[in-house]
Amino acid sequence: MTLDNVRKGQLIRISNIPDEETRIKAIRFGISEGEVVTCLEVVPAGPVVVSKNKQEIAIGRSLASAILVEPC
Amino acid sequence: MAGSGLKAGNMVKGKKIVLAGNPNVGKSALFNILTGLYVDVSNYSGTTLDMACGRYNGDVIIEAPGVYGLSSINDEEKITRDIILAADIVVNVINSLHLDRDLFFTLQIIDMGIPMVIALNMTDEAVQRGLGINIRLLEELLGVPVVSIAAVRGIGIDELKKKIYTARPGHAHFQPIEKINKMLHRMNRREALLVIEGDTELSECYGVKPGTDREAIYRARRERVNQIVAQVVREINKDAGIAARLGNWMLLPVTGFPLLALTLWAVYKLVGVFLAQSVVDFTGDVMNGYYEPAVRSLLSGIMSPEGVLYTILAGQYGVLTLTVTYLIGLLFPLVLGIFFVLSILEDSGYMPRIATLLDRALTGIGLNGQAVIPLLLGFGCVTMACITTRILGSDRERRIAVFLLALGIPCSAQIAIITAVLAGSGALYMLLYVLFMLGIVLCAGTLLKRFLPGRPFPLLIELPPLRLPGVQNVCQKAWGRSYQFIKEAFPIFAMGTLLLGIFDAYGFLHELQRLLAPITVSWLHLPEDVADIFIMGFIRKEFGAAAVLNLQMLPLQKFIVMLTLSLTVPCIASAMVIFKERGWREGLLIWAVVFILAFLIGGLATRLLEIWLA
Ligand SMILES: Nc1nc2c(ncn2[C@@H]2O[C@H](COP(=O)(O)OP(=O)(O)OP(=O)(O)O)[C@@H](O)[C@H]2O)c(=O)[nH]1
Ligand SMILES: [Mg+2]
Repeated sequence: MTLDNVRKGQLIRISNIPDEETRIKAIRFGISEGEVVTCLEVVPAGPVVVSKNKQEIAIGRSLASAILVEPC
Repeated sequence: MAGSGLKAGNMVKGKKIVLAGNPNVGKSALFNILTGLYVDVSNYSGTTLDMACGRYNGDVIIEAPGVYGLSSINDEEKITRDIILAADIVVNVINSLHLDRDLFFTLQIIDMGIPMVIALNMTDEAVQRGLGINIRLLEELLGVPVVSIAAVRGIGIDELKKKIYTARPGHAHFQPIEKINKMLHRMNRREALLVIEGDTELSECYGVKPGTDREAIYRARRERVNQIVAQVVREINKDAGIAARLGNWMLLPVTGFPLLALTLWAVYKLVGVFLAQSVVDFTGDVMNGYYEPAVRSLLSGIMSPEGVLYTILAGQYGVLTLTVTYLIGLLFPLVLGIFFVLSILEDSGYMPRIATLLDRALTGIGLNGQAVIPLLLGFGCVTMACITTRILGSDRERRIAVFLLALGIPCSAQIAIITAVLAGSGALYMLLYVLFMLGIVLCAGTLLKRFLPGRPFPLLIELPPLRLPGVQNVCQKAWGRSYQFIKEAFPIFAMGTLLLGIFDAYGFLHELQRLLAPITVSWLHLPEDVADIFIMGFIRKEFGAAAVLNLQMLPLQKFIVMLTLSLTVPCIASAMVIFKERGWREGLLIWAVVFILAFLIGGLATRLLEIWLA
């Protein structure tokens, strides 16, 4: 499953970020592979907002579709 | 937007104390307290994009742009990297709420072996949100002094001041250390670490191969961060309260668009109605009724009203009369108002949420949601906004954003004049103006998206917590920017009017007007003397526009002048910044294209509206 398919409120684990540049960027935000985040909001046809601890990050739809996740 | 402050470099004496940390953690707030200067403090990532310097106890304090880590991914990281490589002491500002994110950068600096003290900021919010942090344990695990502060409330500053000079290198991670030691004969430890982490620029500098272990090191570092956080942070409760709920409503279209509309309506009521009409009427009356007569009677006491000097100082384009009346009576209240509104928006944390809400819409014009921030700031000052385009992820987006700013976003001073001019022509023209500008921006963006090479860059933005804007910060920021505006505008405007006066006296003006007649008269269907306006507008658009108030023209003609002027590049300062940000070649191209488009669209709009309104 990819991140753009998650539902609001779902708890998910990031399983793979194929693109290297994105991976490096995301790892510094604290969303690296294996990390567990909550899907806070899904803007229809727009970005997915995830939260980890007290941090909220909006991820554009196209980027979200390139991040593999699994529900947990 | 490095704000004020000395742009000093390396020549200064004393220790170099560097304030570094992730974006939006309160570095600027701390910088302002320590140095007594003012640089912009706003609630979104990427406020400070250049270094800011100030003095402290005979040492130098440098604020580095906020970054999540050091390498040379983008310009801010390069700037910050160079500042940190040269630092004597790093004051690492971190946000108590995001230890897991912020400590990543902290550990990188520790691995570089730089003496450091940690300013654990936003402790007030941590308490509110139910977070407890074991500071002694954190000190022990990291090996550096940690001081808890709340910068905007002035809490903990005295202790931080005491501890700055006890900064020391922390406990570095063992893994990179071994590799670093092998490289120390060629470069220092700081650089060695970055080379191992694959910094291409530095590697090239030393003629070595960039390391390939970046991911492994990052992963190990992330692991260590998570372990530390697990030990030192204790969560008591999780309720984020009303602010968090409001924050979520701002993101979703169903609630987000009504909220946005409500905000825009409030802004319109404040700026477009209250300031542009009531306040400006009042200040205009004061200037015309009391100030100008007072100046004239004062001057006629010491010189002859027929003399050249009197005409220059207090004549039709008088430096002391018209210039001052326009600037103080008309422009200043509105400029102040717009900067005030923007400061509130910046401080509240609403901007990144508007960015998320509008992300989808903006992909249509080749941008992502983040571009909302520079585009909104453009309504304050296009020059400043062009610099803020640096927060955008790719060069292609910066290019599009700068072009749209140059073409279709009127700055506060222009908005002031436009409302003043068009208010007399009725609501229809106001509406037409908004529709035209919007349409032009959308078309230009769509075309750029189609034809510029490169692929779109997706949104990745942090949403800071919503905060009540601090009254003092908002006022200081709005006042500072407006003051800056008047300070820059006054001499240029005075010079411009003076020049026009001289041209007029020697008959050049008439020549110029004749020369420009094919454009003004034949193409735009305007009277010949609007050439003045375009010449003035060349210097600063709003001055050109201000002259419209003095000319007798039909409403449609006024509209065409305003539209055409709005579309050209706003002022010399912004043109310079565009050249600087985009390079001479591209800058010149943008400038020329914008200019040609402005007159082209002006002429087309003339014909269209003449037919439609006939
Ligand atoms: N509640 C609270 N808010 C703070 C504190 N310190 C800073 N802020 C707020 O945090 C936001 C960011 O502050 P800045 O000083 O602009 O942060 P910065 O680190 O310079 O940010 P960039 O320049 O974007 O990297 C502003 O809205 C401040 O009002 C604090 O101690 N407590
Ligand atoms: Mg700052």
